[in-house]
Amino acid sequence: MLRIRRDLVDAMVEHARRDHPDEACGVLAGPVGSERPERFIEMTNAERSPNFYRFDSMEDIRLERELDSRDEQRVVIYHSHTATEAYPSRTDVNIAGYPEAHYVLISTRDPDVHELRSYRIIDGEVTEEPVEVVESYMFSHTGADDVPDLP
Amino acid sequence: MAVNVSVPTILRTHTGGEKSVEASGSTVAEVIEDLESRHSGIKGRLVKDGSLHRFINVYVNDEDVRFAGGLAAAVQDGDNVTILPAVAGGRESHPVR
Repeated sequence: MLRIRRDLVDAMVEHARRDHPDEACGVLAGPVGSERPERFIEMTNAERSPNFYRFDSMEDIRLERELDSRDEQRVVIYHSHTATEAYPSRTDVNIAGYPEAHYVLISTRDPDVHELRSYRIIDGEVTEEPVEVVESYMFSHTGADDVPDLP
Repeated sequence: MAVNVSVPTILRTHTGGEKSVEASGSTVAEVIEDLESRHSGIKGRLVKDGSLHRFINVYVNDEDVRFAGGLAAAVQDGDNVTILPAVAGGRESHPVR
């Protein structure tokens, strides 16, 4: 299950709409081990293509250093499909190299209604997971240190 | 040349779970051979048909080696070598669903 704050969903969808018809891509970073996406990081699609995406390799290593220094990891890796459904293609599955990440797919094939779905891609297997959009992580029992849970 | 190699999660099955290992070599190719001698199977994930796997990025001191000769890129004593899986994908003409 992916529990995700609404502003992060809005940011990913806005990015996908803006780059349409090219595929958009990026990351939601969160504290290591927390499973909690906190920070939206748009990445350049070095392919700039309606059919393919790839993180720019130098942006990627800079992202990695930034995540290291902040004790964060790639909780979500997102990209958009601009003419097909929000389901990982065989290519998406073959290349997926972060078994610990939640792969979010957004489809912008319909100009008015987007699709957003999330998957785990581990050892070539795709498992869809439910997405719960929350207004905030407060009271969501996410274990954030600075947020008390309801009694 | 002794270097430190950062290994991504997906390749740690070859390093017994270690995310950081030592290796030696004067080029990226030599470092990979050295890794293979102690972490069997890792070379096959990094090299394909004599060059760096298309969806693996290797950096020496945070510079992508593809801009410095790829497998022939030089490596110095104390360098940090980082391996990252490329983040990429795309639709094919006949999608899975």
